[in-house]
Amino acid sequence: MLIAIRDLRKIYQMGDAEVRALDGVNLDVERGEYLAIMGPSGSGKSTLMNLIGCLDTPTSGEYVLNGERVSGLDDSELARIRNREIGFVFQTFNLLPRATALANVELPLIYARMPSSRRRGLARQALEQVGLGDRVKHQPNELSGGQRQRVAVARALVNRPSILLADEPTGNLDSRTSSEIMALFDELNRAGNTIVLVTHEEDIAGHARRVVRLLDGRVLSDAPRDPGGTAP
Amino acid sequence: MIWDNFRIALAAIRANKMRSLLTTLGIIIGVAAVIAVVSIVQGLNYVIATQLEGVGAAYIRVQWRDDPTDPDLAGREVVLTYDDGLAIFERATALEYFNPIFFRGELLHFSDERHATTLLGVGAYHQEVNNHWVDRGRFFSQIDLDRRAHVCIIGTDIIDELELGDDPLGKEIIVGRATFTVVGVMQEMGEIFGQSRDDLLLIPITTARDLYGHESFKRLILDFQATSAETVALAKDQISEVLRDRHRIPEGTRDDFNVILQEEILKTTGSILGTVTSVVAGVVSIALLVGGIGIMNIMLVSVTERTREIGVRKAVGARKSDILVQFLIEAVTLSLLGGLIGVLAGWGLGIVGAKAIPGFPPAHVPAWAIAIGFGFAALVGIFFGTYPAAKAASLDPIDALRYE
Repeated sequence: MLIAIRDLRKIYQMGDAEVRALDGVNLDVERGEYLAIMGPSGSGKSTLMNLIGCLDTPTSGEYVLNGERVSGLDDSELARIRNREIGFVFQTFNLLPRATALANVELPLIYARMPSSRRRGLARQALEQVGLGDRVKHQPNELSGGQRQRVAVARALVNRPSILLADEPTGNLDSRTSSEIMALFDELNRAGNTIVLVTHEEDIAGHARRVVRLLDGRVLSDAPRDPGGTAP
Repeated sequence: MIWDNFRIALAAIRANKMRSLLTTLGIIIGVAAVIAVVSIVQGLNYVIATQLEGVGAAYIRVQWRDDPTDPDLAGREVVLTYDDGLAIFERATALEYFNPIFFRGELLHFSDERHATTLLGVGAYHQEVNNHWVDRGRFFSQIDLDRRAHVCIIGTDIIDELELGDDPLGKEIIVGRATFTVVGVMQEMGEIFGQSRDDLLLIPITTARDLYGHESFKRLILDFQATSAETVALAKDQISEVLRDRHRIPEGTRDDFNVILQEEILKTTGSILGTVTSVVAGVVSIALLVGGIGIMNIMLVSVTERTREIGVRKAVGARKSDILVQFLIEAVTLSLLGGLIGVLAGWGLGIVGAKAIPGFPPAHVPAWAIAIGFGFAALVGIFFGTYPAAKAASLDPIDALRYE
């Protein structure tokens, strides 16, 4: 089991009011799965994604990632987990504007304390994997939206993480570029990467093989999607 | 890791060149002031040291001390005579040479030329005591002194001023109203602070007493050379003892003379230069404070501008300490850059300043001054960079990633 989540709760105190962003979520994810987390805004999907991505800590409950009990780790241990186990892909790409594609992809390796010679090779390899082998020296403003998101995917992949965590990865892209990026995710999943997509678009979730729907901080449904569609 | 941070810092500074330059202006001014002042103080020290090296560590000067506000001196006539000097030299065992000096301004004539100069009446050992020697001709002999001969030795300036020509020796010049024969020319000493040290005329002190009378001989300068640099302190005590005895100064009352050692002159000038330096240091510390606040301000702006970047870095695995170090290095790089420009500007100022003062040695900026300049710049960077860097490090990654 790659992800084992038991009775996970996240409660925010807003003045006198108590906001239960997550209210007892259970979720298991196997290695190699292709999972979409869906739900309307306010359903808790962003909170769940932040917890899975180790950007936040739960109020209560258990989260075991790749055999390590993550709930209850301190700041710098969470940073280490994010570095090794998680690859983030954001809606707004979140590339460093003044750095080349190569430097952006190298970033997680810098924080893994890898010597620069090895870093460069791995980053180049990751960029080739997403089809940007000829764009390594370009800065984000010299790249198209789709290319930028490919750089972000390369950055997420370069550390060989356990999970690729994508938050509305096509939210800022036109439909043609969106399907290109989704095709890239499909291909990465076929190559064995575990992918967790957070989205509110049904056709994007359609690429996943399992859909978890949230509502009001609880799991509403958790089912394999369209068995007749993409191959199981 | 450090090198990566350094490259990030340089890239950030390069992206905002004008802003960075203006930010570091306080540091630039502070460091430039340090370097310029140090280079000029070093020059002054050098001038004074070479002056004193001339006379040597065993040199002692005794002067009268007259201070109308000092009750210990009230109602007493302060004198320092040739006889005082002879008595000291006879009784103090640590002294090797004695040279009394009488001085006044005097007008010289030679044919149609006139020139006002400093006249010194000196003893037979003037050369040994002051380490200033005759270059051409001869010095006074004991016979000159005994006979009160009308012979004189001139500084090189006098040759030009009176147009004595290529061979001044043997020429007769009018000193005041008396006629003197030139028997020697002193070594040239050059200028100090634009003032010539070769505009002087020496005559035997006995002749001077004849010419200017007993009354003007009540206050002489008494120069001595101790037997060695080690016996200077002993010699000073011996001189004090003899003079206090001769001047009948009661126990518990202050001296009516000063015994000045080379070491003390160095100490006095050193303390004056030290005061100058500390005043400048005060001004500089204000400039550095202002510079530091500038750095802090711009780093806070930079942290806000790059909130997203900080979020991304944290998301891919940067720890708090990584972010802290990154922004600290950026602040230090910024202030060191200011330090570098400041060192160069200060060096330039020092060179220009040294050129502007006549007789000043070329500017010399010692390595330690540069180290201090950079050290302060780095300290300012660390001190004022810590708060913005800590602010950046403590940003919540989720908020930072969402920041617009």
